Amino acid sequence: MLAASPRLRAILLRVAQAIPVVMGVVVISFVLTRALPGDPAVYFAGVAADEASIEQTRVAMGLDKPLPVQFAHYVADLLQGDLGQSLSSGRPVATDLANRLPASLELTLTALIIAVVIAVPLGVLAATRPGTWVDHLCRIVVTAGVSLPTFFTGILLIYIFYYILGIAPSPLGRLDFIYLDPDHVTGFYLIDAALMGDWETWWGAAKQLILPAATLALFTLAPIARMTRAAMLTALSSDFVRTARAAGLSNRTVLYGYAFRNALLPVVTTLGMVFSFALGANVLVEKVFAWPGIGSYAVEALVVSDYAAVQGFVLAMALLFVALNLVIDLLYTAIDPRIGFDAK
Amino acid sequence: MTDPTSRRNFLKMGAAGASVLPFLRAMPAAAEGSDTLVVVTGETINSLDLHRTGTSRASYQVGINCYDRLLTFGTKEVPGNGLSYDYTVVEPELAESWTESDDGLTLTFKLKPNATFWDGRKVTAADVKWSFDRAVSVGGFPTVQMKAGGLERPEQFVAVDDDTFVINLDRPSKLTIPDLAVPVPYIINSVEALANATDDDPWALEYLHMTPAGSGAFKVARWNPGEQLVYERNDNWVGGPLPAAKRVVIREVPSPATRRALIERGDVQVAFNIPDKDAAELADSLDVFSTPVENCIHCLCPNFAFEPFQDPDVRKAIAYAVPYEDIFQAAAFGRGLPLWGGEERITDTAWPRKTQYSTNLDKAKEHMAKSGYADGFDVPLSISLDLASWMEPTALLVQEALGEIGINVTIEKIPGANWRTAVLVEKRLPLHLENFGGWLNTPDYYFFWAYKDGHLFNSSNYRNEEIEQLVDATLHMPMDDPDYAPQIKRMFEIALDELPRIPLYQPALNVAVNGAEGYEFWFHRQLDARVLKAV
Repeated sequence: MLAASPRLRAILLRVAQAIPVVMGVVVISFVLTRALPGDPAVYFAGVAADEASIEQTRVAMGLDKPLPVQFAHYVADLLQGDLGQSLSSGRPVATDLANRLPASLELTLTALIIAVVIAVPLGVLAATRPGTWVDHLCRIVVTAGVSLPTFFTGILLIYIFYYILGIAPSPLGRLDFIYLDPDHVTGFYLIDAALMGDWETWWGAAKQLILPAATLALFTLAPIARMTRAAMLTALSSDFVRTARAAGLSNRTVLYGYAFRNALLPVVTTLGMVFSFALGANVLVEKVFAWPGIGSYAVEALVVSDYAAVQGFVLAMALLFVALNLVIDLLYTAIDPRIGFDAK
Repeated sequence: MTDPTSRRNFLKMGAAGASVLPFLRAMPAAAEGSDTLVVVTGETINSLDLHRTGTSRASYQVGINCYDRLLTFGTKEVPGNGLSYDYTVVEPELAESWTESDDGLTLTFKLKPNATFWDGRKVTAADVKWSFDRAVSVGGFPTVQMKAGGLERPEQFVAVDDDTFVINLDRPSKLTIPDLAVPVPYIINSVEALANATDDDPWALEYLHMTPAGSGAFKVARWNPGEQLVYERNDNWVGGPLPAAKRVVIREVPSPATRRALIERGDVQVAFNIPDKDAAELADSLDVFSTPVENCIHCLCPNFAFEPFQDPDVRKAIAYAVPYEDIFQAAAFGRGLPLWGGEERITDTAWPRKTQYSTNLDKAKEHMAKSGYADGFDVPLSISLDLASWMEPTALLVQEALGEIGINVTIEKIPGANWRTAVLVEKRLPLHLENFGGWLNTPDYYFFWAYKDGHLFNSSNYRNEEIEQLVDATLHMPMDDPDYAPQIKRMFEIALDELPRIPLYQPALNVAVNGAEGYEFWFHRQLDARVLKAV
């Protein structure tokens, strides 16, 4: 069966290649968290703790044991799917991640979709009409998107649309307190509310999502528009487009059938990169909009040296990126059949 | 989704009929009327059980709003700043009355006969004993706090009958009664907790972490860690006057700018613990309470382990060089109380108090010239990145001022996770900023933590035999004892002359209110939701 389906074989091969990466991440995240400054036992023993209660806390946290023993415990738990217990939230890390990762992904993916819907046509238009107002608009949007930090854009949008105009809902996280959370299926509120057929909650969640997603979209839009424009310019000036034009193909066919398809490859690559740094930029947007996402979780965990939570976060991110890279590679072959898995 | 028993219809039924579930699905916030109050805070509630290791400060409010103690404090007016708890007045909460034996060693409490837990069971002395046993046994912060009131071992607590609870003390102490009114010794439904305890976890730490079981004014209707906590009123509460709000929603909003927008727009009624800057700017348009935190001082601490600071003239030179007013304006935006420019002669036992120092560069230079370090020296000034909002401007001003007298200061920023270890446990920072505040509001209690050798908040490694002796003598002594005031005054005299801690100002806790009233300041610096009322 594997021989019959080269694509399936290739996917399995890629997944297998990810295993050493993940193992490396496990080791590095363990070592790095231990190398963090600060003593979690002191922190978690509380404000008025004395030597004795700090020591009690240290023993309770298992931090009195030598590092290799701690690592062995960690790996043994990990193999059973147990990411450990977060000290600051007092709950299993897996539960925390399951609650918070969808919040971040929902925000990031919505922002990416908005960004792609705006940036790709904008880039194509700018490339086909260089020097016109569309091109200048593209340049302005790109410059603004790159130069405005997300926390600033976020606060600015809140100021205009919530504080002054009063048309945006209170920036109070994923849902205003008057709504109940939809039943947990995927953790994406828009999907879960739609699955329940509860459109009021759906609209409530969507309203909350608009401003933070717009903030993040503005930031991610820039590289995508830029890359689309450049790739389109290259494609349009290449020999095959000249040949196609000479053969009398319609402008539309030339543009979308040949030039755009060839320009897509670098755009998809950029998209993958943008997705990864959008997840990073999330932290600031999450803080401003009180979004209970994974970025603010990781930062809080880092601040208090909450080892299990940091390790869980790094591991989850590593798995996410392995999956993301795989998807992008598959997209390559779908876009451009010349790229085969065999080439690797 | 036309299924008649869909979740949505069920909720509608519930909300229309009995209050089965706390929320209508989609109702504009304004229509909620005065039943619901929304509070925003920047801190995270990470547990519903204060006794657990790792419970954040913000979580203490659950201990206050959902649980009762035997005793509580009264209320007083703070001129210009609303209400505050009153340390001098102790009132019953779950206790109906209490008596003290003549030798002060036995405290006997009668419980309110009509007090019940949320599950309807009567509160008994056995519950009180179990809860106290738990607080002194789990270790960490609760145990340390209990010890401050002389409550150390389970054998000290006796449930005589259902309504009578006795505490046997090793020595009489004025701190015992107030220590029963701090958040720590709260009373847990021991039957419910024990039903969920395991051999590994005899104190039901895992269960109570997520599920409170108390008799307090509010129950927890919902808790989404990192997002919100919803309190729902317990209509059978007997610990005090029934809260006016049926529901209080605590939303966590990390960004101060967002919190400010929300309170200004009036979509939330209380913004708790806002930055000094916002408090100063909002004071004209909203009700802003900036209550000076009792028994709390922001200090500049020269560490005796660092040789130049062993020279008293160097410490005095610093105390005269510090630009107090500039710091108070730049770091605290004038919120709080100044602690400089007072009389040298000490006539009362008020603490924190104004020191005899004020900015005077000539005097500073004189002291510097007299000292063994007339040519100056280099020293790092350490601050915590977590507390940068007041520490950073303060450090910059101190750096500039000390430069004038030849002390070359470099600012060292320490990550929050590292700070406690470096400043309080290892006590290794030569010059640093520190902000201890004592829950129990007596000067001896402050001195016990901050001036006694080896104690946690004595980050200057200070040791003075007389102070050691005076603190030991006064710590448990009643405040009306004729020996008390002279000894406390002597303590002030030494500490302000030797200056192991240079007081800068007394900080304030800022709370902005828009559409609510009744806010009351508490020493624990958490929100008491029981007294809030929508207007």
